[in-house]
Amino acid sequence: MSDSVKPGEWIDTERGFISREIFVSPEVHRQELNKLFTRAWLFVGHESQVPKPGDFFQSRMGDESVILCRDKAMQLHVFLNSCRHRGMKVCRYDSGNTSLFTCPYHSWTYGLDGKLLGVPQFRELYQGTLDKDANSLVTVGRMHNYKGAVFATWDPGAPDFLTWLGGAVEHLDMVLDCRDGRPGGSEVIGVHKWIFPANWKFAAENFLGDTYHNISHRSVDLIGIGPSARAGATGRRDNEMDQAKHIWAGFPAGHGVHSAILPEGNEYIPSFLSDPIVEEYFRHCFYERRRRMGEKARMIPFTGNLFPNVSFHGRQPRNLCNWHPHSATETEGWRFFLVDADAPAEVKDFLRRYYMRYSGPAGMTEQDDMENWLYATAASKGSVARRYPFNYQQSLGKWEATGEGGSNAWQVSEQNPRNYYRVWAEYLKGSPWDVLVGGPQAKAAAE
Amino acid sequence: MSGSLATQPAYAALQAEIADFLYREAELVDDRRFDEWLALLADDILYFMPQRRNVKYGEHAARENTKVGEGISWFEEDKWTLGKRVAQIQTGVHYAEEPLSRVCHLVSNVRILTATPSLSDAQEVTTSCRFLVYQSRVEYENYTFIGKRLDTLRRHGESWVVARREILLDQNVLLAKNLSIFF
Ligand code: FES
Ligand SMILES: [Fe+2]
Repeated sequence: MSDSVKPGEWIDTERGFISREIFVSPEVHRQELNKLFTRAWLFVGHESQVPKPGDFFQSRMGDESVILCRDKAMQLHVFLNSCRHRGMKVCRYDSGNTSLFTCPYHSWTYGLDGKLLGVPQFRELYQGTLDKDANSLVTVGRMHNYKGAVFATWDPGAPDFLTWLGGAVEHLDMVLDCRDGRPGGSEVIGVHKWIFPANWKFAAENFLGDTYHNISHRSVDLIGIGPSARAGATGRRDNEMDQAKHIWAGFPAGHGVHSAILPEGNEYIPSFLSDPIVEEYFRHCFYERRRRMGEKARMIPFTGNLFPNVSFHGRQPRNLCNWHPHSATETEGWRFFLVDADAPAEVKDFLRRYYMRYSGPAGMTEQDDMENWLYATAASKGSVARRYPFNYQQSLGKWEATGEGGSNAWQVSEQNPRNYYRVWAEYLKGSPWDVLVGGPQAKAAAE
Repeated sequence: MSGSLATQPAYAALQAEIADFLYREAELVDDRRFDEWLALLADDILYFMPQRRNVKYGEHAARENTKVGEGISWFEEDKWTLGKRVAQIQTGVHYAEEPLSRVCHLVSNVRILTATPSLSDAQEVTTSCRFLVYQSRVEYENYTFIGKRLDTLRRHGESWVVARREILLDQNVLLAKNLSIFF
């Protein structure tokens, strides 16, 4: 490890300070790519983006271009989008359908499973030397299709996806399941891709449950852009969580969510006042979900971040995001918008319009987030600024340990980011998997 | 055919009138006279900016641009949401535009594609143009947006209103942190 990288010194979760270095240093960025993005489970895409044999979607894992693709036997594959000969991208289309990936440079040809199939003049130039199997496109170490969401890791020794997810699974479920509680059944209706000059962890942290930044969205709250705004409501969402008890839950592997628990016997809170069809759909889904799930249906989703860079909004507006680092101070954001695949056309249309006015670089809410992340990054670059760590003391100590080694906080809290950066430091130290996913107890046991 | 339209005597006068309208409209945005700009938009305006995809040769017509009425685009707005965007800036706490950006629209290559019922008595025209929009933000941030625009203008008294605007920004991954300005 380079002398300049000191994850242990930078992250002080006991006292609640984190060095600005980790948000601006090119060396830290390089180490993150080497030690973190090569190991963690990352979100690649959704199966609804590649429904038919031969369908592909060009995606990213950290700074690597990858292809998500479905073969003729309907199996999904994820492989590195870089030819084994001289590295040319074998696919430069955002998505499409194909039977082969033919490299534009010297025409090596790969199948839908990434296998090297064709090499021009193979017999004259390579016979007896080139092992085609060993020169296939580099496939991920592990892949998991969870309710349609495809995750992958480069590390074949990584724990399986559900182990890695731990208790965060019930919160991810609330993003991927149908609104009426049927498992899975969502589809991606579009993907935003954009570049913003900020460290990627600002975005991840936002979704860990930075409820404290609500105030920065005052402009949309004043004018009203929420689902019921056309009926005169202010705010940027409807008040479905008003009577709920909020929870900020951290998990041993670094994931963190902000969800909410409705009071016992709580009835549906009208949330789509300007459109009776949409209102009826969500009302129906609310009671159907309660019928299916019983007590468990009291938990409703808000935001979350799966370690390291997979963020989500669970309902208003509903999406999964990837924060791909380009450099310490530049990030490519990808946002995958979700709806129930079998929702009525009116519902899908209503939701996509709401998503567009809320989310991403053209979204009235998130523009203000991007502004904050940019200037927080920019103003942390200075030599003097870097001497002063960021403050993470909010609700320090005001949380309960969970059995699995996580934390539950019941008030606005920076416990989730403290937990996240604790795990982040373990990746940069190169810690073994049991420490990376096992929480503080595993760490103590290892020492 | 627009080719033959341009050879008709009434074309030049209408083209000049339309170009002047588009320049004036752009100037209102650059001058941050947002309410006056909104007044130049028809009540039933569609303001649309698709995302642009990299697709195989031959698939461009079908798949290059996201479409009105389906999926996710950069903008698919009506007058209500555009009004909200203006109102948001006017709160003074929309930090992505507070302080306001400096914005400059260059509009060029203005052509009339159709005029109904006729060039000499045009009540509705479809036009195409090119734009270069420069945004300078705070100190060092700057963005250049270049693309094509297809506008439908409707006669409204002595002037015109914009009834439909399709903005084809020539970028795939958006190379800007925000689209907090008007096109
Ligand atoms: S780089 Fe792909 S065939 Fe040479
Ligand atoms: Fe926010």
